Amino acid sequence: MITALKIGGLALSRGERALFSGLDLSVSAGEAVSLVGRNGAGKTSLLRAIAGLLRPTAGTIGFEGPDGALDPQDARVGGLHMVGHHDGLKPGRTAREELQFQADWTGGGDIDEAVRALDLNRLLDLEVRRLSAGQRRRVALARLLAAPRTLWLLDEPMAPLDAGHRRGLGEAMTRHIAGGGMIVAAVHDPLPIPARDVQVGA
Amino acid sequence: MRALSALFGRELSLAWGRGGGPLLALAFYAAVATLLPLASGREPERLAAIAPGVAWLALALSALLSLERLFERDYEDGALDLLSLGPIPLEAVAAIKCLAQWLATGAPLALAAPVAAIALGAPPAAAPLLFACALIGGLAFAFVGGLGASLALGSRRGGLLIAVIVLPLFAPPVIFGAGALSSLTAGLPWTGGFLLLCAYSTAAVGLSPFAMAAACRNALS
Repeated sequence: MITALKIGGLALSRGERALFSGLDLSVSAGEAVSLVGRNGAGKTSLLRAIAGLLRPTAGTIGFEGPDGALDPQDARVGGLHMVGHHDGLKPGRTAREELQFQADWTGGGDIDEAVRALDLNRLLDLEVRRLSAGQRRRVALARLLAAPRTLWLLDEPMAPLDAGHRRGLGEAMTRHIAGGGMIVAAVHDPLPIPARDVQVGA
Repeated sequence: MRALSALFGRELSLAWGRGGGPLLALAFYAAVATLLPLASGREPERLAAIAPGVAWLALALSALLSLERLFERDYEDGALDLLSLGPIPLEAVAAIKCLAQWLATGAPLALAAPVAAIALGAPPAAAPLLFACALIGGLAFAFVGGLGASLALGSRRGGLLIAVIVLPLFAPPVIFGAGALSSLTAGLPWTGGFLLLCAYSTAAVGLSPFAMAAACRNALS
């Protein structure tokens, strides 16, 4: 269980290009953070670095639990979800098969409540290739609810959703935060919940 | 363990559908096994002499078929991100992917290999050994192939690169297997080549997952 995320003096680069440096950020339980910045500022890269997929050029990313610092790899594997543009859903499999796999894989199991909350009932038996961008995103987001993990890393979670489902996701986020969860989201439109803005890049 | 069985089930179903799955691999195998003897002359004695070797070599070539998509699809669509955030280390994930690939294409091909060899005129007595070689060698082809596939991640024309990486590594199992088969048909002791093949497969299964995981992490970052 992660109770805080601490980032100190972080610098990231993609290939030869330096994205940003000297980024400090700390997020504690029950807090939501919006990462804002122009396109290409490094918001997605920051999320990937927190998830351990991208090695920082400098600085530290640490996770804390109730009893002090956690091993970063253990904390990530059991404690965070990342949902971005690349959702990993296989076009040839049904939404139900993919959601069930993602839930099982990330330590959940029961998908019923997530299906209800994100209004996926009519989509479950369709192949993923038949879904629209917004429907796909809802299937991908469903694992946040099906497999409870503390820290949500979201990359433009709202972008393809319609107004009704943005509201639904907002309610799910509110419940997550109220339950001691944490959200770090890269956004251009404001999140539908109270969140602290953090500027990424100059 | 729930995550493990979920992953294995998914990988198996993906491997079954990948690149046409076992049917396409079998068709390709039949085509290669037909073409090779056409190029080497049609006298039955000569054909019978090379039949086990042809059936064996065609197997190595067929194993290359769907390797390109083994990791590339997951890398492109973000599934590899998800897989690296699961409860099982990436090394085991890579091993499971290769195992599923072997079950979906290697095992059906192992059943086809003795049939092809007998059709080309090999003595039926060679069929059990060819089946065993194909099954065990197929494991090596899948894991070494997975190594090539992971190293080629993110490169353009990955399929060609995989073949260039992997084919030299296919040389030892091809030699060991063919050696065992020709010894058997010549009435010589064949266990030496067969055991070397087993040793190569064991090493491939044991070592390549570490390299695959390292290559995947490298491609992701």
